[in-house]
Amino acid sequence: MSGYEVVFTLLGVVTVGSAVLVVTTRNVVRAALWLVVTLGAIAGCYLVLTAELVAVVQLLIYVGAVVVLLLFAVMFTRAPIGPATDLDTGNRPVAVLVALATAGLLVVLLVDAFRQAYVTVGSAPPGSAEAVGGAVFRTWVLPFEVVSVLLLAALVGAVVLSRPDIGTAESR
Amino acid sequence: MIAAAWLLPALPLLAAAAGLLPLSRRATAVLAVAGAAGATVLAAPLAVLTAGRGQHGETAHLLAPVGGVDVTAGTLADGLAGVVALMVCLVALAVQVYSVAYMRDDGHYRAYAAEVSLFTAAMLTVVLAADLLVLLVGWEVMGLCSYLLIGHYRYLPEAPGAALKAFLVTRVGDIGFLLGILLLAVHAGTFRITAILAAVPDLPTATLTTATLLLLLGVAGKSAQFPLHTWLPDAMAGPTPISALIHAATMVAAGVYLVLRLYPAFVAAPVTLAVLGCVAAVTMLLGALAALAQDDLKRVLAWSTVSQLAYMLGALSVGGVAAGAFHLLTHAAFKALLFLAAGAVLHATGSVLMSRLGGLRRAMPITYAATVVGGLALVGVPPVSGWLSKDAVLESAWAATRHELPSGVTRWVAAVVLGSALATVGLTAAYVTRLVLRTFHGVARSDFAAADPPALMRWPIVLLAATAVVHGSIGVRRTWLPTWIGSPEESVGANVVATVIAVTLAAGGALLVVVAWRLDPAEDPVRLLGSRVVGALRAGFYVDAAQDRLVVRPVLRTARLVSTADSVLVDGAVESTGTGSQRLGRLLARLEAGNVQLYLTGLATGAVLVALAVAVTV
Amino acid sequence: MHLLFPLVLSALLFAVGVYGVLARRNVVLVLMSVELMLNAVNLDLVAFDVWLRDALHAGQSLALFVITIAAAEVGLGLAIVLQVFRQRATVAVDALDELAEPDTLVQGGAPAEPVAVPASAASPVPAGAATGPATGSAESGAPRGSGAERGDAPAGGPAGSP
Repeated sequence: MSGYEVVFTLLGVVTVGSAVLVVTTRNVVRAALWLVVTLGAIAGCYLVLTAELVAVVQLLIYVGAVVVLLLFAVMFTRAPIGPATDLDTGNRPVAVLVALATAGLLVVLLVDAFRQAYVTVGSAPPGSAEAVGGAVFRTWVLPFEVVSVLLLAALVGAVVLSRPDIGTAESR
Repeated sequence: MIAAAWLLPALPLLAAAAGLLPLSRRATAVLAVAGAAGATVLAAPLAVLTAGRGQHGETAHLLAPVGGVDVTAGTLADGLAGVVALMVCLVALAVQVYSVAYMRDDGHYRAYAAEVSLFTAAMLTVVLAADLLVLLVGWEVMGLCSYLLIGHYRYLPEAPGAALKAFLVTRVGDIGFLLGILLLAVHAGTFRITAILAAVPDLPTATLTTATLLLLLGVAGKSAQFPLHTWLPDAMAGPTPISALIHAATMVAAGVYLVLRLYPAFVAAPVTLAVLGCVAAVTMLLGALAALAQDDLKRVLAWSTVSQLAYMLGALSVGGVAAGAFHLLTHAAFKALLFLAAGAVLHATGSVLMSRLGGLRRAMPITYAATVVGGLALVGVPPVSGWLSKDAVLESAWAATRHELPSGVTRWVAAVVLGSALATVGLTAAYVTRLVLRTFHGVARSDFAAADPPALMRWPIVLLAATAVVHGSIGVRRTWLPTWIGSPEESVGANVVATVIAVTLAAGGALLVVVAWRLDPAEDPVRLLGSRVVGALRAGFYVDAAQDRLVVRPVLRTARLVSTADSVLVDGAVESTGTGSQRLGRLLARLEAGNVQLYLTGLATGAVLVALAVAVTV
Repeated sequence: MHLLFPLVLSALLFAVGVYGVLARRNVVLVLMSVELMLNAVNLDLVAFDVWLRDALHAGQSLALFVITIAAAEVGLGLAIVLQVFRQRATVAVDALDELAEPDTLVQGGAPAEPVAVPASAASPVPAGAATGPATGSAESGAPRGSGAERGDAPAGGPAGSP
């Protein structure tokens, strides 16, 4: 195992471990915090794969904004701060089965398909801000613009949805 | 005239149809009597032509060419038919006139008169039918009228049951009857009686035996022979004129008439005649013994009818065709007379239970005289009518024991019949004496103001009594009756030996009863036999109870089972499709529970399975 | 490095996310699980991009876009969650069952009518404790119009609909 693989394995263990904790912990806030760990570990994985810009953006946006948003939502919905016992529905056994099935299927397929695939990390084209940014603004500028519009729509939508008088009166 | 024989049933039928109209009581009575009278007026010349002059005629109309065996309808008028038709019409007329007065206080007289007219039409159809199917139609309509009339008194608790019992028991016989008819018709290729009789020599004995045995079932049902006799005593719940008409003179005689009609077929099946003989012998004794212990006046007469019908059938089973026919005719007269007299007693006193009656001879002299005359006729005392006919029966049985008749009846059957007939003579005398003594002699056991019946009831009784006396004169010339009914080789009439033996036996039986009665005139002479014996006799040797236990209850149980099965299984199956669909729907509705995670689970599972399928196949 | 490392990691992460979506009651936790799934996809994209030595950096660009869209989605999703909380005072996924078939053949189950509390008078109800497990028989009255998607039509007012 090369060094990359060792590091990647460690990061992978952290990722999966904290992800499992996200979905099984009894504390909502702790789940959010474990999510931070997961997202951070994934950023680390990106770095191992020489995708620097993606790693940084991951940390900035996911850890920085999304998790904060989630914590705000936890606060606004008066989620129990301490441990709560009813965070899992009755669907749990079936969900376990489905998840195991998904995992099994995917792993088997991927292992079967990519048995001989190797990533040459050392000589990969750099995923630096310059390279990726150039690609985005040259080749993928149209999707970029569309995503901007999408963000605008999401913003407007979020504002509209936050109105307090929705459903109580015909306020046109 | 002979070709117009179809008018005979048609007139009473019209009178019956008039029962649908809302006429007044008087108009109904006039119409009913007119129907019977019209039939009588036509029957008289018909009898003269056919029986007296020996003419006969047959008509036939093709009703339905069903391919194979055609269905025809027509009349067959010969001597036998003419004589019996005349007898039926006379008795019907007497009963209709009697009923006008008897049913004066009845609220449903119109229906009653219509049913009696319909019955008369049906009986005449049976008598004059040229085809077995037409005969069957008349047969069944008679059964229907019997049912309706027995159940006439709706307020009597036992009437509906008795009507149903009569209908069902005769129905059991009618099944055999129908099968017998069909068997004969299929093998002979036609339903016409004359054609069937002509084909009899060509039919295999096994077929004939089977067919006649089946017909015998119907005869036993209609003519109340063992074991299908249980309906007749209970049928006394109907009005007394009905008992006179249907259950003494006509309907029960229809069975005997059938045997007379199809006699060549019976002769060709000696096994059937042997069976008939045994059944008749048993029934004779059974009827007479049971009559001995009855308290109800009408039930005595009913059991007596059972016994006398067995007499007729016994005569037929030993080859005495003319004897059987003779007894049929005389029995019609004196039994109807006895029933009408009993009706007069009921009308006057309101009771038919002999334990409540007594000492009526001073209050009702005419009725008393009529009953005595009828009783003497029943016993067979010379010179009253029953004497000659009974002697004819004894004579034919005796002759059959001497030598094998062309009918081939084995001698031991004839011996059995003879023995029972002789014993029955004594028993008959006994129960008749008991009846007369208990009802008319002695001290009155209840308080009632009895009187002889009104004119319209009196005249039929008197006329029938006169007939009962004179009737027997048919046998004065030994060849008269046989020629009339078309079997001229026989001879029926006076026989000194038979008379002496019969009178001796009768006197013995009567004497025993008189002596027993003298011991205590207020009590039932039969009590001397012991209460258990009396109980068994009164219940007809428990045949009724046995039938109930063996047949009625299992059938009811099966019916209940079938009904439950129908409602549970059949209805349940149908309903369960509904409820099953509902349950299935409710089950499927669980999938639409509104739980998003449920939906997603389904989605994910489906996706996984599809991916798996693709991965496996590719 | 063997390509399977990131691939298997992403597969496992995806499966964990699936479990979370299907098993968690709190809507916010479900959203977190969705984020896990998106991250798994992103990891795959980046891994393939590096493996294929893509000159156009399609994979990494798409990963960036996915991150952006995920952020937008979380924002909108949380706006909806807050609205739901205002209307229902609960954020339990199994309490939101308006899409259920109206069970006209009710066998005596008590209709689990969600309590409609105006936002101002919303008592502090711990999410998920307001209603019991409602998987299965959902008798909550008529569906509020077909296609009542989350956030689309106004989630009905007081539960007084027929």
